[in-house]
Amino acid sequence: MHIMEGYLPIQWCIIWYVISFIVVAYGIYQIKKIVDETPESKALLAVSGAFMFILSSLKLPSVTGSCSHPCGNGLGAALFGPAVTAVLATIVLLFQAILLAHGGLTSLGANIFSMGIVGPFVGWIIYKAFTKANVSSTIAIFFAAFFADLLTYVATSFQLALAFPAPTFSAALVSFLTVFAVTQVPLAIGEGILTVIIWDRLLAYKPKLLAKLNALSPNEA
Amino acid sequence: MNKTTLIILAVICIVIFIAPLIMYHGHGEDDGYFGGADDAAGEQIEKTGFEPWFSSIWEPPSGEIESLLFALQAAIGAIIIGYFFGYWRGQSKDD
Repeated sequence: MHIMEGYLPIQWCIIWYVISFIVVAYGIYQIKKIVDETPESKALLAVSGAFMFILSSLKLPSVTGSCSHPCGNGLGAALFGPAVTAVLATIVLLFQAILLAHGGLTSLGANIFSMGIVGPFVGWIIYKAFTKANVSSTIAIFFAAFFADLLTYVATSFQLALAFPAPTFSAALVSFLTVFAVTQVPLAIGEGILTVIIWDRLLAYKPKLLAKLNALSPNEA
Repeated sequence: MNKTTLIILAVICIVIFIAPLIMYHGHGEDDGYFGGADDAAGEQIEKTGFEPWFSSIWEPPSGEIESLLFALQAAIGAIIIGYFFGYWRGQSKDD
């Protein structure tokens, strides 16, 4: 999902920067609020960020014969919502843009938008809908992580098709979706499973904290 | 979740990621396999005639250095999760 440095026309860089800046700023405000209200959630924030660090560093092979990486953004989204996850994604993407030439500073806004905003937002909506319907949080987190990962790549495909609608927007969209989204399906399943395993441990160690953050189904809390 | 379920899930996960290696055994980067999706998208953009207008301020000078930094990224994440999970596990044993 990393749009490479310099590969996005400047007007699109600016648009995505503006949108992402607003969400990240709100996320920083939310983090301050969460940490003030429940100081013990600092460790969970660190774990969510660390999970993104690990997963987004793993380039995995897919059944399509190309490689891509998971995002790890579903966990933070389920625990803290999309704005906070956008802040965590910014840290990961900055690390990769500066040290790994992976993604870029010009495309940072666009990459935050896909991995930090669209993916987590969809994951968060799915997580909340499932837990509200009293589905077990372990099942909810699988679908949240699966769709957060997949939609991150769908978002990137849309961003690229908008910037390069050649020959037409829909033709470009299909070809970018083929590159990104199809490759991503098995990876997203893998990410879902890994997130479930982490979630299972969180549930065993910190059930009270998860309940306090409203991150559980009513019958689990 | 009980231990067996966790192990089954872990095995499914491993199978998902090993399957492509078996399916495309014998193929490699030279014949277009296992390349990165990000680069593939970059190639598609270049096909439209677009010239990248900015390049990375710093690039890892070799594949070795790049893998060093990727390993470092994963290690930073792993040590944080390992630290807290170990700490919480110890705490819950005390109760």
